[in-house]
Amino acid sequence: MSSVEPGVDLAQWGLEQARAAGADAAEVLIASGESLSAGVRMGEVEKLKSSRERRLGVRVFVGKSSATASTAEFERKALGEFVADTVRLARLTAPDQWSGLPDPALHPRMVPELELSDPTSGIIEAGRALEIARTAERAALGADSRIKNSDGAEFDSGNYRVVFANSQGFAGEYAGTTYSLAVAPIAAENGAMQTGHWYTQNRRFDGLEEAASVGLTSAKRALRKLGARKIKTTRAPIVFDPDMAAGLLRALAGAVSGPSLYRGASFLVGRLGTEIASAGVTIIDDGTMRGGLGSKPFDGEGLPITRKSVVERGVLSTYLLDSYSARRLGLASTGNAARSVGDAPSVSPTNLYLQPGAYSPEEIIRTVKRGLYVTELIGFGINSVTGDYSRGASGMWIENGELAYPVEEITIAGNLKDMFMSIEMIGNDLAWRSATVAPTLKISEMMIAGE
Amino acid sequence: MSNQLIQPDKFFLSRFGMTEGALERILGAALERKADYADLYFEYRSAEGLSLEDSIVNRTSKSLSHGVGVRVCAEDRTGYAYSDEVTVDRMRLAAEAARAIAHDGGDAPAAVQVGRPVPRHALYELESTPLEVPLEERAKLLNEIDRVAREFDPRVKSVMASFSAERKIVMVVNSEGRIAADVQPLCRLNVMVIAEDDKGRQSGMSGGGGRVEWSFFFEGERWREHALTAARQAITNLDAVDAPAGEMMVVLGPGWPGILLHEAIGHGLEGDFNRKRTSAFSGRIGERVASEFCTVVDDGTIPNRRGSLNIDDEGTPTSRTVLIEKGILRGYLQDRLNARLMKMEPTGNGRRESFAHSPMPRMTNTFMLPGENTPEEILRSVRNGLYAVNFGGGQVDITNGKFVFSASEAYLIEDGKVTRPVKGATLIGNGPDVLTRVTMVGNDLELDPGVGMCGKDGQSVPVGVGLPTIRIDAITVGGTRT
Repeated sequence: MSSVEPGVDLAQWGLEQARAAGADAAEVLIASGESLSAGVRMGEVEKLKSSRERRLGVRVFVGKSSATASTAEFERKALGEFVADTVRLARLTAPDQWSGLPDPALHPRMVPELELSDPTSGIIEAGRALEIARTAERAALGADSRIKNSDGAEFDSGNYRVVFANSQGFAGEYAGTTYSLAVAPIAAENGAMQTGHWYTQNRRFDGLEEAASVGLTSAKRALRKLGARKIKTTRAPIVFDPDMAAGLLRALAGAVSGPSLYRGASFLVGRLGTEIASAGVTIIDDGTMRGGLGSKPFDGEGLPITRKSVVERGVLSTYLLDSYSARRLGLASTGNAARSVGDAPSVSPTNLYLQPGAYSPEEIIRTVKRGLYVTELIGFGINSVTGDYSRGASGMWIENGELAYPVEEITIAGNLKDMFMSIEMIGNDLAWRSATVAPTLKISEMMIAGE
Repeated sequence: MSNQLIQPDKFFLSRFGMTEGALERILGAALERKADYADLYFEYRSAEGLSLEDSIVNRTSKSLSHGVGVRVCAEDRTGYAYSDEVTVDRMRLAAEAARAIAHDGGDAPAAVQVGRPVPRHALYELESTPLEVPLEERAKLLNEIDRVAREFDPRVKSVMASFSAERKIVMVVNSEGRIAADVQPLCRLNVMVIAEDDKGRQSGMSGGGGRVEWSFFFEGERWREHALTAARQAITNLDAVDAPAGEMMVVLGPGWPGILLHEAIGHGLEGDFNRKRTSAFSGRIGERVASEFCTVVDDGTIPNRRGSLNIDDEGTPTSRTVLIEKGILRGYLQDRLNARLMKMEPTGNGRRESFAHSPMPRMTNTFMLPGENTPEEILRSVRNGLYAVNFGGGQVDITNGKFVFSASEAYLIEDGKVTRPVKGATLIGNGPDVLTRVTMVGNDLELDPGVGMCGKDGQSVPVGVGLPTIRIDAITVGGTRT
């Protein structure tokens, strides 16, 4: 077992092994991390989980043929054999005219400092982590006598490190930290139970929302679902709360990502430069945000991370691309290559957000005579090929601009093409609790199926 | 290496230079505080995948992972720590981290004596796994699938096919001295087709696999069926009309639509939710939760199935558990921790994604036993309704019981006849209630082709489902048309 933390040296050693085994080009990626997760339930310790992992991934090219591999084995001799094996695998793979490393001129000379790590807090030790989780759950349990049970509260902290090098001279590394707290109390009344979920997440420990406040919000979310009923099938305006609106953005990100486009598996094929959303909609992907949950100093192929409008005032202004999908589409990479160790690059957004508008959520709700405020969606009813959308929903029914009563066991359905075009109002309540975020959004009309 | 050549219990000791004495000392360290139970889970997994697009197999990959997880249980508390370095030092550190949940003091634990082997089923004793089949041969199959799908119809525009295979060697050693070990092969073929005409683009999907040999895909030309099914589904969907919205009568076809049971019933009957009384099914054993036509079981002992296991990931042999018998709720799915706390027996449902995860109660193969009706009778009995034969994923809110599952291939039933295809739609219902509306159950039980993946609390495990054709008298269909 190697005693030093694997770094750029090991990555470069891996590249040499690949070259020696006959590879024309290669990449090595090493990802490692540690974390501690602490869970309490009904005030008592429920679980403590401590993790430590590291993996090494390679991608090798023999001409236009390539193969990828990953291993947990870091002993040099075994690792050398593993890399050589991967080169053999590449020789058995069909050549693909589009394959290859990115243009070497595009690699950045300097890697930006993006403040991805909390400089002082480290991994929060078990006792303190449990106390934070306990504080959050206690606040939830104490919020109302109808909060009688709990699915618990969990506090996690962790660090990770990424090392990347390729055979055309790029090498870089970065490290980051994450902290998160999630609470799920259960409210009960008249024999029915409802869970409320709330969470906070940040790269800095001191950037987290107060534990008690997370607990209180989760309790409110559980309580307002009590007495939920099914409603009659109808068409109506839909207001998406920020978390649900972020889900729409994730669906859009999938549809504008290179691999879905060149495969024809996206409802946005051929729509670049055209109007795909209502005029007020601007969506930005910005991997350069300091401390952003989706920030990184270079992408999964060693290309610079960028900031760009994906949608600018309703017009689709760029796709999200890695080198491979860019070549297939006759475009340039947008620096959105994502990498899981041992896989070829895929594409994902970095920090993706819909620019906030002028209205408070209350103002938006006030404009709805009768409609639905959606706070939870379940299921996988999004067809990215066609844009057809049909998901299980729950939330609050709006009557005359006021939240009237909770509803559940209904679906909302439409097509993403129409839904983005009919975004009628945009909230001012953008909050960064994950790497993809949106403010409250109002869509003028969708089908609600119920009774 | 074929399965039989590996002696899984010896494998780890020799591969990582462990001795039984070392395991005993680590378990002893794990139990140093006031704990009830400890176990070590060793895993060594190798996997390979290849995929085709644009009629060439342009992606191949392989992976190797290994690690050990140390768990300590004290009352209802669980400490878990893992490391991908399988060394005595790392395991001792993990044991110290895991035991932090146990209180100080208590009696010194009795010394652990390792060595009692646990009996296990023999559900997948393969001559060889697809990992030993030359890569060229696996690639050739994907090329054949591509050809068959494209020849099905000129409107087929792209075909994506992939084949993945893995072998997992596992060993569980617990503080009762038991050693259980297993070699678990698994493979899966997937085909996705995109078809296009002047009206637009549609996709179709099919796939299958299990804990099977390569020859499985050639029995009855299964591979060709997957190519044709995906192509046919994509072409059919080109003519699909908008799905209806609202409550209606729905007939589910056999096989994969059994995902209904997985979401509506199975999750809500997992022991952890019921011990904590957070499930909509909590405290309802003995009550009617389905019509008399419904008997639902979870069975981890069906040979070669994707959801089957010789032993679960805590070393307990898997079993067949009756969940619902003629409409009455009978049982829960248990791992060791929840069984002990609920004073029930473990059912062999303690599963985990990998050594990096602590086990939980999970399903294996969940299905409904066949009934009396022919599928034709069932369809003929419906004046107006939906016939759903294929589904994508589903999800459930355990606490309020609301579940969804999304149809990817469905048709209208008009006057007892299956007529036009409709676009995909999500179906939503209430777990403790939906099966009370089942009024006809077919004699055509089918298990799914072997592609199911179930996620819970961030952990994915392979599962199976099954269903005969059934009629549900009213469920909400989430279409767009009134």
